[in-house]
Amino acid sequence: MKQIVIISGKGGTGKTVITGAFAALAKNKVMADCDVDAADLHLLLQPKIKERHDFRSGLSASIDKKICQQCGKCIAACRFNAISDSFVIDCVSCEGCGFCSHICPVQAIKMNENLAGEWFISETRFGPMVHAKLGIAEENSGKLVSLVRKQAKELAEKGNYDWIIIDGAPGIGCPVIASLSGIDCAIVVTEPTLSGLHDALRVIEVTKHFNVPSRLVINKYDLNPDMSKKIEEHCAKNKISLIGKVRFDKAVVEAMVEGKTIMEYKDTLVKDEIRKIWGKLQV
Amino acid sequence: MIISIASGKGGTGKTTIAVNLALSIDNVQFLDCDVEEPNAHIFLKPRINRQEKAFILVPEIDNSKCVYCGKCAKVCVYNAIAVLPGQEGKKGTALVFAHLCHGCGACSALCPKKAIKEVNREIGVVESGNCGKIEFVHGKLNIGEAMSPPLIRQVKEHIDPKKTVIIDAPPGTSCPVVVSVKGSDFCVLVTEPTPFGLNDLILAAEVLKKLAISFGVVINRSDLGNDKTEKYCKQENIPILMRIPFKKEIAMAYSKGEPIVKAFPEYKKYFLELFNTIRNGKI
Repeated sequence: MKQIVIISGKGGTGKTVITGAFAALAKNKVMADCDVDAADLHLLLQPKIKERHDFRSGLSASIDKKICQQCGKCIAACRFNAISDSFVIDCVSCEGCGFCSHICPVQAIKMNENLAGEWFISETRFGPMVHAKLGIAEENSGKLVSLVRKQAKELAEKGNYDWIIIDGAPGIGCPVIASLSGIDCAIVVTEPTLSGLHDALRVIEVTKHFNVPSRLVINKYDLNPDMSKKIEEHCAKNKISLIGKVRFDKAVVEAMVEGKTIMEYKDTLVKDEIRKIWGKLQV
Repeated sequence: MIISIASGKGGTGKTTIAVNLALSIDNVQFLDCDVEEPNAHIFLKPRINRQEKAFILVPEIDNSKCVYCGKCAKVCVYNAIAVLPGQEGKKGTALVFAHLCHGCGACSALCPKKAIKEVNREIGVVESGNCGKIEFVHGKLNIGEAMSPPLIRQVKEHIDPKKTVIIDAPPGTSCPVVVSVKGSDFCVLVTEPTPFGLNDLILAAEVLKKLAISFGVVINRSDLGNDKTEKYCKQENIPILMRIPFKKEIAMAYSKGEPIVKAFPEYKKYFLELFNTIRNGKI
């Protein structure tokens, strides 16, 4: 069984569009959406939720006003500025370290477990899918990514699936790092812009740091052919494996509006280009 | 006043709006808080004249004082310390996993033998400078580093309250976004009128409601996709501050790192209008 993740560094380069297309092309696979704080893959795959689970993670402090003597020790100790001058905890800032609860001389502070989101096992027209929804303004997205991946892996092993295809998050921080462990190949989707290249190079550095092989895709390459050429030259010079280029076509947005992957939509060269990339991933 | 630019979905045009707004008004300070993938410098080309390394405090255990009681491991909710007690005259072991540490300081303060001191661990760099009259600050997270919030906080320590502060936030809805937009007087949410854009706009709007920050929406590439974003904003009474149609020339300028108002000076008045709408609170 092989695990691939689609990442980009910069947001909006087309990760989910490519992931959706792979979902339509791959046989015998489990899909996983690991962009847990702004998940979009469900809009293309329309999963029917079979199992729904709470994601409990992290702690938040709360102060019992009846016991609190307002000595201020907790305010001085908190490094996250999460306790106001009127001794109210700001749950959004609180990182749940519990320092305040330990140093409170009258034990007025309790730590409570957070309900930080939900995760789901679903069925789609392309097979099973594991996905999640991080609670609003919650933390621990890395942990939720790891949880989604663990479930996807169990499902794939049990059902003897050949692939796990993972839609990743933008950036290079904790959700991305959590999506890279044990991956066979990271597909980095970029666009022919200076920002796209800059960000792709940073995320490729991250894949190298964790010893994960990566392949680059230039999406919407014809929006700036000169820049695409520059990216190609850069890849050749720096031994970055360019696996394909996909053109810009409004049909991609139209398909999205209809809740379809591009592979299920009307004929466009985009389909051939993505099919070619998928073919190369088989070797 | 502090104006932050956020989005939920990546690649909708946060940096474009932030940069062009900054270039259209006076007395500005620009903070790029997308420390995982900072891009504003590509457009503003600032002269950097100051670099400070950014650190978080992590524990260092003095083995000559440690009695391996395990108190530090017990208080650390992030599992960043493991302690094995000594046995049969043999010394114990105390291990620190620095990459898991959030720097809360509980272990060192609560150690009964005062055997833990806090030392700096580098997580990135904060660079500041200027581009013309704009004061510029951004953070760059080190490759392989998972936690961006401490670095974002350090970028925000540079805030000059005498200026109009423009904050370019990262995509998503979790802790890096919350830390970036917290304390803003107003937040501009940049979206595109596609199902992905709308799905993530709704999540981002929830975050801002939770943080009690007033906000409005800029619809980028406003002629692509469908009209559901407009309908959503109307229904929720969210002001639409600006619409920017998709233009190949704008996309081309963007791809080369050229701000819209430099390539098409006639756009300056729209960004000035955007600023005046926000400042005068006519929303």
